Amino acid sequence: MNFPYLTLITFAPLIGAGLVLLLPKSADKTIKIVSLLASLFSFGLALCIWSQFRPDAGLQFVERAAWIPTLHVDYYLGVDGLSITMVLLTGLITPLALLAHWNQDRSVKLFFFLFLLLEAGMFGVFTALNFFHWFIFWEIGLIPMFFLIRIWGAEERTYASFKFFLYTLAGSVGMLLAFGFIYLATGSFDFVQLREIAQTGELGRAIGVLVGDINKTTGLHLTAECFANILFWATFLGFAIKVPIWPFHTWLPDAHTQAPTGGSMLLAAVLLKMGVYGFLRVVLPIFPDEVAINLNILLFLSVASIVFGAYAALGQTDFKRVVAYSSVNHMGYAMLGIFAAAAAAPSVKDLVNEKAAALNGAVLQMFNHGISSAALFFMVGCIYERTHTRKLAEYGGLRKIMPVYAGILGVSMFSSLGLPGLNGFVGEFMVFKGAFPVVPWAALVSLIGLVVTGVFLLLMMQKVCFGPLNEKWKSLPDMTGREIFIVAVLMVFMFGIGVYPGPLLDASNHAVVNLVKLFERTPEIMLTLVR
Amino acid sequence: MEHAEHLNHLASQQWLIPFFPLVAAAIQSLLKKPARKLSATLTIGAMGISCAFALRAFFATLGGGHHEEVARGIANFTWFKFGTTSLDLGFVLDPLTAGMAAMVTFVGFWIFVNATGYMHDDENFTRFFCFLSLFAASMLGLVVSNNLLLLFMCWELVGLCSYLLIGFWYFKPSAAAAMKKAFITTRVGDVGFFIGILMLYQHTGTLNLYTAEGTGALQQAGGLATLTGWWGLSVAGTIALMLFIGAMGKSAQFPLHVWLPDAMEGPTPVSALIHAATMVAAGVFMVGRMFPVFTAGAGDWVMDFVMWVGCITAVFSATIAVAQFDIKRVLAYSTCSQLGFMVMALGAGGFVAGQFHLLTHAFFKALLFLGSGCVIIGTHHEQDMRKMGGLKKYMPITFWCYFTGYLALSGFPLTAGFFSKDEVLLETFHHNKAAWGLATFAAFLTAFYMTRQMYMVFAGKWRGGEESHHGHGHAHDDHGHGHGGHEPNEVPWNMWLPIAVLSIFALFMGWLGTPWFHDNLFHHYLAPEEHSPEHSNLVLWLSIGVGLFGIFLGWLIYGRKTMEHATDADPLAVKLGGLFTALNRKWYIDELYEATIIRLTMALGVFFRAVDKAVVDGILHAIAWVAWGISQVVRLVGDDLIINGSFDAGCDGVRGSGRILAKLQNGRVQNYLRVMAVGVVLLLVVYFVK
Amino acid sequence: MNITLGHYLALSTILFAVGLAGALTRRNAIIVLMAIEIMFNAAILNLVAFWHFKVFATLTAQMFAIFAVTIAAAESAVGLALVIAIYRHYRSVDVDEMKALKG
Repeated sequence: MNFPYLTLITFAPLIGAGLVLLLPKSADKTIKIVSLLASLFSFGLALCIWSQFRPDAGLQFVERAAWIPTLHVDYYLGVDGLSITMVLLTGLITPLALLAHWNQDRSVKLFFFLFLLLEAGMFGVFTALNFFHWFIFWEIGLIPMFFLIRIWGAEERTYASFKFFLYTLAGSVGMLLAFGFIYLATGSFDFVQLREIAQTGELGRAIGVLVGDINKTTGLHLTAECFANILFWATFLGFAIKVPIWPFHTWLPDAHTQAPTGGSMLLAAVLLKMGVYGFLRVVLPIFPDEVAINLNILLFLSVASIVFGAYAALGQTDFKRVVAYSSVNHMGYAMLGIFAAAAAAPSVKDLVNEKAAALNGAVLQMFNHGISSAALFFMVGCIYERTHTRKLAEYGGLRKIMPVYAGILGVSMFSSLGLPGLNGFVGEFMVFKGAFPVVPWAALVSLIGLVVTGVFLLLMMQKVCFGPLNEKWKSLPDMTGREIFIVAVLMVFMFGIGVYPGPLLDASNHAVVNLVKLFERTPEIMLTLVR
Repeated sequence: MEHAEHLNHLASQQWLIPFFPLVAAAIQSLLKKPARKLSATLTIGAMGISCAFALRAFFATLGGGHHEEVARGIANFTWFKFGTTSLDLGFVLDPLTAGMAAMVTFVGFWIFVNATGYMHDDENFTRFFCFLSLFAASMLGLVVSNNLLLLFMCWELVGLCSYLLIGFWYFKPSAAAAMKKAFITTRVGDVGFFIGILMLYQHTGTLNLYTAEGTGALQQAGGLATLTGWWGLSVAGTIALMLFIGAMGKSAQFPLHVWLPDAMEGPTPVSALIHAATMVAAGVFMVGRMFPVFTAGAGDWVMDFVMWVGCITAVFSATIAVAQFDIKRVLAYSTCSQLGFMVMALGAGGFVAGQFHLLTHAFFKALLFLGSGCVIIGTHHEQDMRKMGGLKKYMPITFWCYFTGYLALSGFPLTAGFFSKDEVLLETFHHNKAAWGLATFAAFLTAFYMTRQMYMVFAGKWRGGEESHHGHGHAHDDHGHGHGGHEPNEVPWNMWLPIAVLSIFALFMGWLGTPWFHDNLFHHYLAPEEHSPEHSNLVLWLSIGVGLFGIFLGWLIYGRKTMEHATDADPLAVKLGGLFTALNRKWYIDELYEATIIRLTMALGVFFRAVDKAVVDGILHAIAWVAWGISQVVRLVGDDLIINGSFDAGCDGVRGSGRILAKLQNGRVQNYLRVMAVGVVLLLVVYFVK
Repeated sequence: MNITLGHYLALSTILFAVGLAGALTRRNAIIVLMAIEIMFNAAILNLVAFWHFKVFATLTAQMFAIFAVTIAAAESAVGLALVIAIYRHYRSVDVDEMKALKG
């Protein structure tokens, strides 16, 4: 067996969290250093994994051990092109989020403990290949975030934290039930195995048998297709809320606005990706037919996320809410790319490559959004720390006194806007490049979002940095060295990916092409499906 | 063959041209303290080096290619891979690129020199030159790219730089609004461009314009004409239309022209750079670059659309320019109008004419803008032409340079603008007589409003000292200059030298593209396989005639009796009345947009915010309330009465018995043993008795 | 006189009863410990006796016996150590005074 990188990377933050618990409450400095070291250790491991990752192979770093033999549940870890970038992102953002709270002085111990717990949950989600412990990690991600918002949040933290927690929890309940049924039908929780049997049609038959049994015992008259559809939508809901896809997104602005800076950074950069990742890892491979059948609805929802999200961002008056809504908008692009890969467009030549472009774009967009939204939320946090307001109308002209801040905010904003030369552009271009030939209408309508994204981001920039200086703020200090360091790290990625996205795309390409192959179906099969 | 390889070799070095300004920009962005000398030296030096490289490439293309073909060197490379294919980028060297790069670097170089004077007193001198370098780098990248995506990327970066530079004095609300307006308006056009790129990529499978194997997007353009696109167009036509929408945004064509005059909020060298040499030229250049796609779709209505958009812009902007008082606004609308000419020429099929006008216009418009910058500096930051006058006496060098630019723009015979405009009109004449008529009218207006400007600015007596009302939108922050009363004075050498150099080109550059001299050198250079348009005496003499008539009319109205006081009404305003106001207010286009599109967009923002709050959250809250209600019922009836009741009773019992049993545990181990022993004995008894 | 299994068992019962009585009645912790040892040995005697009379066919019982003796030795060592520790704490070895286990 190879070196258990993935187990280590998942449990290193937990060990760090344990150490933090052992430290006395008053040892603030030590707690901070220990947590930072733990997260840096994970980051180092993530880099190791990244450097040893072979782009042309499938699942790697696989660890598998029987865990609950009676249920056929294995402890099964592995990364492939879909998750490797996310592991890297998680490893990168967490230390930065911790650094963002370096001056935290309220309940330091608990705060940093929760952060490390959160990190373990996120790593777990991106590395687990068995629904059983994957789901445990999925839920672990929820709890620390709830407390982070509830305890350290802003004025409406109670409402926001409960909304966030209950909403996402409600979503995962449906998913849990759906997987319960799938397990009943197939006897497997294994993502890889489920994907294989879904591909051969075995899954459909198994569900058919299960539905037969259900009908017998309950006297219902369910069809297998209908039941599979129900399972799909239940799973969809769990992920859609997390992404979030319009109209399941309203928890997000509230949670973001109220969460502490580091919480927002992780929430936007990584937690949302868990939803998108779920679509890549679970929904597309296990429910390919259902995705294809419901494609128009799904495309509509992602386009709605893009366009409505952008417009809603335009209507906001709160700095952080604007950034939060931009997440809805940006995740919409990723979803568009993902669903475009499921579309049937027999007339398009070179369909596989178009779809591969869209999916690669979506995976890249996930990483990019992680970088730029983390930067933007951090910038919001910086200014909130100084002014204790988030109202856009109360800023103005800050560039005069905080030129560095304005410059960095500008770069982050343009990265989010998708300016060429920065990271955002490549992902969006690839998504559109793939989506446009395959699902033209969705791509075209989404372009409205592209314009409105520009409008609301520039408007935000103008209200914060330009115009006459609000005299109230004339003595605000510019960014400190620590703050600059945090964003500088992110900016390295912004410029790096913008100019040379090759490595990231290479990493995801193999997995993406395999995913696209799931949807290479003859028109006849598609017809029977639709019928 | 050797020549072709040499060209390819040069093409593989084309990236150096944008590289130097880029490095200069990067260094300056990292400078901690303002370092004026270093920053100016870096910027100008980098531009000089780029200029040398551009000229080297330019001279290499002069020899032409094989068999009357265009000389073209290509250097492509892979950016990244996806699926089973890859996305390639590349650089190209051909006459279009070489000429444009040479022009941009050369004009840019002199603009930078001038900027050292114009920005002399600005506190953010370093940042200004950093942005300028970046601007130049993006523009040059745009010019040398052999790939539509790379071109688009640089195109967007050009937009970014113009955003930064227009908003250079960001603390002015008007500048903050203008920068945003420029970026968003061009982005609207960019959506079209983006669709064009996507379609081209879909249908040709590559975005490289030329490849050595002949598989480039442009080399496949002919095949696109046979596929059916949208709105009854072929795919080639649709792509051309979409690309042109992008060009409309960038080159400020009606109805996306609104950002350009507002862009005057930036420092004047920026205006020169954006409105003459670079950004606005990018649209025209791109249409020229993609011309094979446009001609492939020529059977469709796209080319006519292009021509009419250009024609309408030319006339429309010229009418507005007649009624402006800000010296830079007149020039800005004149730029719009001239861009209209170029676009119109392209639409009429006159690729060479459009590009030629682009080049000559770049020189004399840069000259005019820099000249206006000199005027503004010389008059201590005055931009209102009504408060100028008589500057010929105070600023002779500026005057004479400006005068050559004026002649060129007005189309005075034998100047650069005359030849290029004549060729534009000639192409249009052969294509569509109505458009030609309108364009000739626009040429007349051009001569007229420029004459008006010349008389208002340079003739008569100095009106600036009469009164000074501050704070109505001076383009400058408090530099420490006094306003008002001072007499104007000549600008330093680093400001007038550039316009002097440019004025030579404004006067004589036209000879490159005239049929009278070596049978149109420029045409042979740019498009050797095509024939230059047939000469027409009607067009020539009419063009000369309207130009001179415009000048005459300008003299009649403004020159015979110059303005006496800054508060005097414009003589034209007296004659035209309400029409003049409408022209002065730019036909109320801004107001129209404000009332419709912008209001609609903002309303949609508020609407969707409200939808989230009321509808989506409303449903969510309703679900939450229902769940809460059910839980209350369950709690009151089920839990409190039944479950809690019995549970509480059970609890009490457990607690009571626990209290009794606790007594047994007295801690004496021997007691426990005793109990055990008793238990064993009892067990034994039970065992035996049974 | 033929010694049967019953004799052994009777002896072991007596030993056990003696040990039990000691463990229940004596207040000195050391003597309680000794009594427990006696009960241990009664059990070991049982094992060996059962083996001897072929109740088990294997050597398991002997192994058990040796094992139990070892354990007993270890246990008494630990027990004594505990008693000493307790003595140091309470200055007494009276088991009635050791009631810290009380709930």
